[in-house]
Amino acid sequence: MQIPEGLIAVVKQDCPTCVLVNPVLKSIENSGAALTVYVQDQPDFPSTRQAIDDRSLEASYRLHIETVPTLIKIEGGREAARVVGWERDEWRALTGMANLGESLPQYRPGCGSLAVQPGIAERLALRYGDFRISSRELAVPELSDSIEYCFERGWSDGLPVVPPTAERIYRMLKATARAPHEVLGRMPPLLTDCTVEKVAINAVLAGCKPEYFPAVLAAVEAALDPAFCLHGLLATTWFSGPMIVVNGPVRKALGMNWAGNVLGQGNRANATIGRALQLAVRNIGGGKPQETDMSTFGHPGKLGFCFAEDEDTPWTTLAQDRGLSRAQSAVTVFSADGPLGCADQKSRTPEALVYSLAGSLRGLNHIDMINGADAVVVIGPEHGRVFDQAGWSKADATAALHAATRIKGVDLGMGTARGASGQPGDGLSAKFRDGGLTLVRAGGPAGMFSAIIPGWLVKGELGTDPVTREIRA
Amino acid sequence: MTDILYDPTGEFAPLARAPLAKPASLTGLTIGLLDISKSRGDVFLDHLDHLLSAEGLTVKRYKKPTFTRPAPVALLQDIASNCDVVVEGLAD
Repeated sequence: MQIPEGLIAVVKQDCPTCVLVNPVLKSIENSGAALTVYVQDQPDFPSTRQAIDDRSLEASYRLHIETVPTLIKIEGGREAARVVGWERDEWRALTGMANLGESLPQYRPGCGSLAVQPGIAERLALRYGDFRISSRELAVPELSDSIEYCFERGWSDGLPVVPPTAERIYRMLKATARAPHEVLGRMPPLLTDCTVEKVAINAVLAGCKPEYFPAVLAAVEAALDPAFCLHGLLATTWFSGPMIVVNGPVRKALGMNWAGNVLGQGNRANATIGRALQLAVRNIGGGKPQETDMSTFGHPGKLGFCFAEDEDTPWTTLAQDRGLSRAQSAVTVFSADGPLGCADQKSRTPEALVYSLAGSLRGLNHIDMINGADAVVVIGPEHGRVFDQAGWSKADATAALHAATRIKGVDLGMGTARGASGQPGDGLSAKFRDGGLTLVRAGGPAGMFSAIIPGWLVKGELGTDPVTREIRA
Repeated sequence: MTDILYDPTGEFAPLARAPLAKPASLTGLTIGLLDISKSRGDVFLDHLDHLLSAEGLTVKRYKKPTFTRPAPVALLQDIASNCDVVVEGLAD
């Protein structure tokens, strides 16, 4: 589209201010000035002899019209001046016509341009802008249902996905400053380049709102850190999948849940951020159950496992423990099985509560196994209160749990520690490696419970370690 | 109206790759045995090594540092450069 020289006015009939300035446009045209009028709704609305039908909104898009009426002066192909709404003195200055609009009020605000209506702006950007999607296009066959088509292509985790249309992908990508072609890493098991665009498409599939996208990107980046060992975590026969814990201001901004039913269903951000990571592994990396994902059982959280921490407690937050401030938003990824409940409705001292939690922790993986999986312990509010009232810090509670989870036996595991006698060996060994117990705070206000979330059996250098990434726009 | 969707996958080649033709005989070929470092994989491969060597065949042994991660590129290149066929011990 060629931008005309001279004056350009953009109007719509459904705008009282445009109706008001209609005679003014006629005056400008009659003065002999070069005037081009674009009209967004009714082509016969302007009183000028000449008016261009812009119901396609192409001119409005290219001229960045956010309000009508807008009057623009183009000189040498460049915009020299612009007035938005009716401002008599400014219209006079821009046109050089001293008596323009004498009978009109001094000022009237304009109305919203049709080109920036929600839903329209994305379409115009796709049709007339520079935005291009690199991923290959697939046409859903006539009379086919898009959601069913996504199932048939193998893109779903078993639940319906949101069909990844251009507009939805555009909105997702607009939520980050990062370039669509930026490679976050190589996604196992196929070690495919994992681009921001591919993650955006999977975030659409998962049902994410665009504002969740920076958190999804941070989670994918964290999971692709070699320390997390996503390849092995995907391929293992063990139960585990990735789990995301969210900290910082983004928890409130996205409306995440750290209270009642925190590990369960019902919150869109919790559910879809976790799901987006798992769909990225499935689709970008090709990691599918009964193929490279060899898990014997899996667990329901492999559909997506993400929750926020309750930061309104005396304890340091998970992100603080991992070197960030409370002002920073972050994700931390862990390997995780399903949660196990620990009920203790009687302990009123931290020592007694540690005894209860340690008892539940000692049996993880196998009663005789030491140095197996790490574990995250989600301390519920009513258990947290017991620690808080006694002045115990998170470090105090963690150290006490390490001490109380030592077990008799040697590092043989899986029953063999008892040998032929069926008796454990002498001496105490640590159940968990140093740093292998992570305490976080979350949960609903009622219930003297905590949740134990064990991880993958293979940890550390040969397996997985938690990874934290700050969430950036 | 036909919906246009965009591929969320890694877009690896849509056509299935045909496996290499199997050799009619192992005579004169170098056989690689790859231990992925899973428990007792070496027991199985030791036995296989013994049987193949008894036939007078050339056997080379390889080992991944850990089963949890993909084989290092250098190891893959070593096997591809020096073996005609390879047996990989998967699972426990």
